[in-house]
Amino acid sequence: MTSSTILYLDDVSVVFDGFRALNNLSLFVDQGELRAIIGPNGAGKTTMMDVITGKTRPSAGTVKFRDADLTQLDEAAIATMGIGRKFQKPTVFDALTVFENLELALKAPRGPWACLRWVLGGEARGRIETTLEEIGLTARAHDRAAILSHGQRQWLEIGMLLMQDPELLLVDEPVAGMTDQETEHTAALLRRIAGTRSVVVVEHDLEFVRALDCKVTVLCEGSVLSEGDIDHVQNDPKVVEVYLGR
Amino acid sequence: MSATTATLPAMGRLPLRLVLWGAVLVLALIPLLNQLPESSALHVGDFIVTVTGKWITYAILALAIDLAWGYTGILSLGHGAFFALGGYAMGMHLMRLIGPRGAYGHPVLPDFMVFLGYPSLPWYWLGFDMFPYAFFMALFIPGLLALIVGYLAFRSRITGVYLSILTQALTYALMLAFFRNDMGFGGNNGFTDFKELLGMALNTPLARAVLFYASLVALVGSYWVCQRISVSKLGRVLVAIRDAESRVRFLGYSTTQVKLFVFVLSAVLAGLAGALYVPQVGIINPGEFSPGNSIEAVIWVAVGGRGTLIGAVVGAFSVNALKTWLTTAAPDLWLFALGGLFVAVTLFLPKGLVGLFRKAEK
Repeated sequence: MTSSTILYLDDVSVVFDGFRALNNLSLFVDQGELRAIIGPNGAGKTTMMDVITGKTRPSAGTVKFRDADLTQLDEAAIATMGIGRKFQKPTVFDALTVFENLELALKAPRGPWACLRWVLGGEARGRIETTLEEIGLTARAHDRAAILSHGQRQWLEIGMLLMQDPELLLVDEPVAGMTDQETEHTAALLRRIAGTRSVVVVEHDLEFVRALDCKVTVLCEGSVLSEGDIDHVQNDPKVVEVYLGR
Repeated sequence: MSATTATLPAMGRLPLRLVLWGAVLVLALIPLLNQLPESSALHVGDFIVTVTGKWITYAILALAIDLAWGYTGILSLGHGAFFALGGYAMGMHLMRLIGPRGAYGHPVLPDFMVFLGYPSLPWYWLGFDMFPYAFFMALFIPGLLALIVGYLAFRSRITGVYLSILTQALTYALMLAFFRNDMGFGGNNGFTDFKELLGMALNTPLARAVLFYASLVALVGSYWVCQRISVSKLGRVLVAIRDAESRVRFLGYSTTQVKLFVFVLSAVLAGLAGALYVPQVGIINPGEFSPGNSIEAVIWVAVGGRGTLIGAVVGAFSVNALKTWLTTAAPDLWLFALGGLFVAVTLFLPKGLVGLFRKAEK
């Protein structure tokens, strides 16, 4: 484990009723790295995310975020340590504006009294504006989230994750249901976000993964089948067999 | 003011504020017009003063329900219980003030206790001869009950229709309890025949005016508190909890804590409304706990427009004006009208009367 490794999964197995959802999986993600995870259905992509975020406990193996042992922490503790997860289905608050959605996600005291007395300071406003810029929704800041398009809702959700200042962002199928243009925009957004933070993207869409232009990990039957850039894994005979053979 | 209007430009809010203060001013004139000689064209009868004063306390109750339901999504079908508890606390004070003027002439014990053979005041009646204590209890007891019930319910993540049923059962249980003579709260007769409050003889123009203005001040104050909450970040957290509670929890907010805060505040406001209601109508009995009362109050909010504070107030006034008129003009029709109103509003006016005006504005 090098000093720049932020996420470290070693020999992780998850067994549900005899079914090995993860099978001696090992994966390392560097600080500031953008990583794509692909694999057929049932390869263990979602289970892997669940293990990292504390939703599922591994049956064996080591899961570390920096020096913290994630297998010993619960979901809330892991979230506050700086791991943000975006679920497939975007849930933004329709009745609130884009700006207000980001404001709610901003790191700040969360008690009722603190919320009542909360005044939006210059620094907080600056952070929200930076994020608006980043997710490309500056022009929509004061529109209600209800009227955003599907793609814009996904970006808003990513923006809400960014407001929590995570060091590692887990993004689950961000471009499902997006138009080509939105998909392109999302790839650019994730590339921009990586660098200052690490981003792990789970995705089916190979065109999108190509646009991410990053290291790709192929999962199959709960373990790593192949790893490398997109051309490398696409030409790997083992990968071709899993995707096209059988 | 809802979270939606809060985000409108300030220009859109100014007229609303003017309308509100105009309405408060018109209401404030009512007791003054009551002082005019009866021959005057502008004279307002005693009945109007009492009935409007009563509606004002209903409007406070409606605000309380709206804060919990319209903003936070906690549909309580038992808010009448908090209102009634506030009313009972004030009623206990009024009973103590009767003193030896009761029918049995006992220096301390209220008539019903003499009748039931109480040797002395039960311990929980002590202190109610002091107004500040009674007033405090009128807010504290509903708040405490909401804290206990809310803590147990929200901690176990009881929401939606289950919470509604729970609150409904709560008010029903309290009604049955208060009907019992051995509870020491006057059984099915409750409290009545009040004589005075704060040194004023009740049923005099002065007392009517003072209670009316006290209610009006309480309504303006409650509106102000709810308005401050609705435009703060807390107000946006409430709306977010209403629409997607688990997502709010996922953002790191303790939704249990936030909902408890709102529920307790809402119960305290309902208690305040009840405490102002009882001296104006001159009676409190267990009927105030009846589930129908709580449901009716929810209908005021639905008719006026939930999720907007002005809607709660408008709903309380308009539905009760309709009730006062209809229960004299055609008493048998009232329940049908109320039910029909609720169905019609749900189907055709999901944003209530206020939504109708908002639409017209655009």
